Parts: sequence; C-alpha cells; structure tokens
Amino acid sequence: MNDAALITSIAGVLAAAAPVLFAVIGETISERAGVLNLSMNGMILLSAMGSFAVALATDSVVLGFLAGAAIGAFIAFVVAFASLTLRQSQVAVGFVLAQLCRDLSYFLGNPIMGKVGPRISQVPIPVLERIPVLGTIFFRQDAMTYLSFVLIVLAWFFIFKTRPGLVLRGVGERPAAAYIRGANVNRQRYVYAVIGGAIAGLAGPIYSLSIKAGWKGTISGLDGIGWIVLSITIFGGWKPFRAAFGAYLFAFLQWLGLVLQPSLPSVPSQVLQVAPFPLMILTLLFVNIGNAEWVDRSLARLPENVRRDIAKVLRALNATPPAGLGTPFEKE
Amino acid sequence: MRDTRANRLLFQIGAVLFALLVTVLVLFLAGAQPFAAYKYIVLGALGSWDVVTNVLVSWVPLLLATSGLLVTFTVGLWNIGIEGQITLGAVFTTWAMRLLQDSGWNPTLILVLALLAGILGGTLWALLAGVLRTFGGVNEIFGGLGLNFVATALNIWLIFGPWKRPGVASMSGTLPFDRALWMPIAAGSSRLTPATLVMAVVGIIAVYAMIEGTYFGLRLKAVGKNPKAAYILGIPTWQNMMASFAICGVFAGLAGAVQVTAVYHRLIPSISSGYGYLGLMVALLVGYRASLAAPVALFFAALNVGSIQLPIILKLDSSLAGVLQGTLVLFVMLGNGIRARLIKKGT
Repeated sequence: MNDAALITSIAGVLAAAAPVLFAVIGETISERAGVLNLSMNGMILLSAMGSFAVALATDSVVLGFLAGAAIGAFIAFVVAFASLTLRQSQVAVGFVLAQLCRDLSYFLGNPIMGKVGPRISQVPIPVLERIPVLGTIFFRQDAMTYLSFVLIVLAWFFIFKTRPGLVLRGVGERPAAAYIRGANVNRQRYVYAVIGGAIAGLAGPIYSLSIKAGWKGTISGLDGIGWIVLSITIFGGWKPFRAAFGAYLFAFLQWLGLVLQPSLPSVPSQVLQVAPFPLMILTLLFVNIGNAEWVDRSLARLPENVRRDIAKVLRALNATPPAGLGTPFEKE
Repeated sequence: MRDTRANRLLFQIGAVLFALLVTVLVLFLAGAQPFAAYKYIVLGALGSWDVVTNVLVSWVPLLLATSGLLVTFTVGLWNIGIEGQITLGAVFTTWAMRLLQDSGWNPTLILVLALLAGILGGTLWALLAGVLRTFGGVNEIFGGLGLNFVATALNIWLIFGPWKRPGVASMSGTLPFDRALWMPIAAGSSRLTPATLVMAVVGIIAVYAMIEGTYFGLRLKAVGKNPKAAYILGIPTWQNMMASFAICGVFAGLAGAVQVTAVYHRLIPSISSGYGYLGLMVALLVGYRASLAAPVALFFAALNVGSIQLPIILKLDSSLAGVLQGTLVLFVMLGNGIRARLIKKGT
C-alpha cells in the first residue's frame, strides 16, 4: 500500500467512525443520567430507514437528518416513560424496542429498498484542505464527520466543565444527593435520555444519507452496530474522549478486516467483519476485571512491587458505571 | 383501583387491542390492507394440516429456548447469549454427525449422540458467558452479545471452510445428511418429528416443576429476588448463577441440535433462526411464568409461520410477525406499569 492510499484510508476510518461516535456519545449522556437505553440496535436501523424515506420523499437531506434525530428522541422517550414513570425494567423495555424497531424498519422500508436518493457530499475546507497529509485526513470530510470531531470536545466540556453537566453526573451517580440539592431527578433523566437519543438517532442518517447511502433492508450491514455501540460505551468508561478512542478503534479494526481479506482467501468475509466483536469482549473483560473480588485476593499474595504494577494497569483500564444506572429513583 | 384478577385481565385485553391497533396503523403506513394481511397470517398458520405441522415444527425450538430462559430469568440473569448457545449446539451436533455418519452404527444411536453433543456445545457456550459474568465482571448481556457474534462467525467459517460442500461453498449450508440420519418424521406429515415434540413438552414441564416445586428452584428465586440477602442466608450466589446458565445452555444446545437433526438436516448460516431472541420476548410477555410459556410460544410460532407467505401474496415483508410480537410485548409491559401505578394511587 502506498502513502496516498494509506492517507485516504485513514480519512475513511474517521468518516466510518462518525455514526458510531454520535451513537456512543448519545448513549454516554443518557447513561450518565442513569438511563440505560438498550434499544440502540433497532433504533439506529429505524432512524436510518426513516431518515432515508423522509429525504427521498422531500428531496431534503436536512429534513432527513431531523427525522433521524426525532426517531432517536422518540424511542428514548418511550424507554424513559416505561422505566421512569411506569417503573418497568429498563433492560426489558430497551430489548423489546431493539427487536421491534428492527422489524419495523425492515417492514416499513420494504418499498424504498434499493432506491437511489439524496446524500450528503464532502465539503473540503478551503486552505486547510491543502495541508499535506493532514488536509486529506481531516479537512476533506462531509459535514457530519466535522461535527463528530466537535461533538467529542463539546460532550466532554459539557459533562465535566459546566454546572448542568455536574447535575447530569449527579442524577446518575447519587440521585438522592442530587435530589436534596434541589435537582428534579426524574425530569433531568427524561431530558438527558431524550437528548442522548436524538444525538444517537443521527447515526442512522449518517449511514443512510452518507457512508452507506440508501436502504438495503437486511443486507444493509447495519444490524449489530447498535450492540457494538453499547459495548463501546462501557469500554469508554462513560468519558467522551475514551469513548471516541473506542469508536475509532472499532472503525479501524473493521477497515483492517477489509484490507486483510485478499491476503486470507480461505477466511470468508463475514468472519473478518465480526473480528472486532471478540476483541470487544476481551476489552470489556480487562475494563471490568479490576472490579472483581478474586482479583484483589490473588493480587494480595504477589510480591509488593509486582502487585503495585499490576494494580496500576488495572486501575488505568478500569471503568465503573454510574452508580444509579438502570435503577429507578424513588423519593421517600 | 384495587388489585383484582378482573382488572388484570382487562388490562391484558386492552394491551392486545392496542397492539392490534398500532399494527393496523403500521399496515396503513405501508400502504397495505390490514384485514387482508391478518387474514393471510391466519390462513398461513391454520389453513391446512401441513402449515399446522409447520407451526409445531417452529414451536419446538422456540419452546426449548424459552424453557431455558425461564431458568436464567428466575435467578435474575439476562441470558441474551442464548442465540450463540443455540448456534453452538447446532455446530456440535453437526460435528458429531459428520464424525459418525460413515461409522455404520445404528442411526438412532448416532442421533442420540448428536443430540448429546449439541447439549454439550450449548452448555459450554453458556458457561463461558457465566464465567465472564461471575469471574470477569462482564455483564452477561454484553458478554453474551459478543459471544453471539463469535458463534455466528465460527458457524460461517465452518460452512465456507472445513465443512464446505464438495465443489463450491454457499450460503445454503453444508451437504445435507443421509435420510437415514434424519429425525423420524410422523406419518402423514412432511416435517413434523414426534420425538422433538416430546422433548419440548417434557422440557417445559420439567422447568415448571423445578422452579415451582424444588428447593433448588426456591434457591434460584431467592438469588434472583435479592442476591445479597440470599448470600447472607447461606445461599451461594455464583454457584446458582452458573447452574442456571448451564441449564439454559442445555436447552439452547438441544434447540440447536433439533434444528440440525429435525428441521434443516444440515448446518446453515442462520441456524438459530432468531429463536433465542424470540424466546426472550416470550419470556417477557408471560412475565417469566412457566405455566404460560407453552401457549404463548405456540402463538408466536404461528405468527412466524403465518407471515412466511406475505411477501409472495401481498408484497409485504414477513417481518410483520416481529412487529406484531414486539408491539404486543411492549404494550403488555406498558399496561402492567400503568395498572401498577393506578393500584398504588388507589391505596
């Protein structure tokens, strides 16, 4: 592979990671507030199909993107309503919606399957695009990819550097304490679940109006992305930069699978496409294993200097979910 | 509002009506005639003896999967990895059949060994999710999902690689087994195998008896309701979780084995046919009660089989069955929540 091809590939990985990034950041915001939105897989499919249908009918990509965000927000609202107001299991409602939205997208998307519709194109940024190497990688992307870069920083700034962000973390981590401090816990959770859903909902149109333009039903190759998104959210430790790293790693591994394909003719392409998944399990294992009690016990038997090094590595990898995640808040 | 059997029934009927109403709206949105669609689903599931037997053929693996899931739900686990466990059951069964098909042994013996191999495969895959959960701290939902994808990849690799048909490998799966190695088919039907029907019925009865009538079942319930309290009372948590993973794996593996020996007679890429996820929906709809699992699973199987002909007759996608099932589970869940809220307000 020559340099030019490599640079284009890196640019491609950044673009391919954009939808995953939107979904992961959306889910991170929702989970930070304590709402686990497990519907992600079906929701992305439905918003991809719905936004393409809207863009096709109105010939407007803007309306398409708005439709995608609206679908994401609505599904998140149903999750929030069923779990926060009606006290049903968040996991159960999310799972049912994941299945329902998936089937709904295949059923309703049937008539628009394979049609050619509008899509967004690359918008090179003047001057900057002519910087050698970096210009091609960062400044010849489409609008949503630029926005994905901004989103990482914006989400980090909001969650960790602003007062509303502090409240957001509070209602997810210590809902009772946040309540005493005057936060309306359930309203906050509704708001951030819906905002997170809207952001994640944009993942759909980024696929169907850009990187995998159109709707191809079951062979769209989007089924499964939502589950990966949920794993990356954990891998990201509910921190935007670490989550972004996870999204880029995933996009890179998928690209690697495609590149390795010709040199491994005996391995069917479907196998390489799922290569990121076992790696995700392994990373989840490393991220979580520091929380296990038997690890502490076996570490205690090791010599002091070895123990300290291992503990340091485990702590760096470790991620602990928001303490109030998935549990309803009841004011006594 | 008081908690009575009458208003529980009322809410459940309401949920079903709402689900029907929403699917009617969805059908209008798709530009279809709702009544025609419903009519062809009913005809497709009950119209002839042949389609009725097809419903039963689809009921067996679905009921097996649901039975296993009731055990993991009792202990409070979300065994979403069941899809992979079914797939591994099918893979191990195919492996045993390939090993023994030219041995000249009694076909019944080969089939029994193949089923046992399938059970082994499902159990091992379930225990893997269990080990990740109990010793690795990996939530069973995410560990299970990852293992599902790994199982699919392994299955496809086998079909296109080591086990490919002579000549060219294809999505249609491995070479079918000899007819002598098919599970015996009932007289007068094309696909129904009485032996698997017996397995599914015995399985759900055994699960019901185990959960409701044994100390083991009681311990599982205790861990499921409150693991910390159970632990303090001397009920070991992780041992019971592993045991329920293993039991669910047995059922899932058997479901995969049935798919190979009685339905497809070979290994295909989508061998689990989504029965694991559908089993989760059935378990959610019946509120984890074993007594209702069999009829609801039969109803879901009927919807699946009934919608197979929709693409040909009405140019509608057969995922309509999934839409109906999903809205049904969702509205029953919402109905339960609204009812609980009204009861709480009334007291």
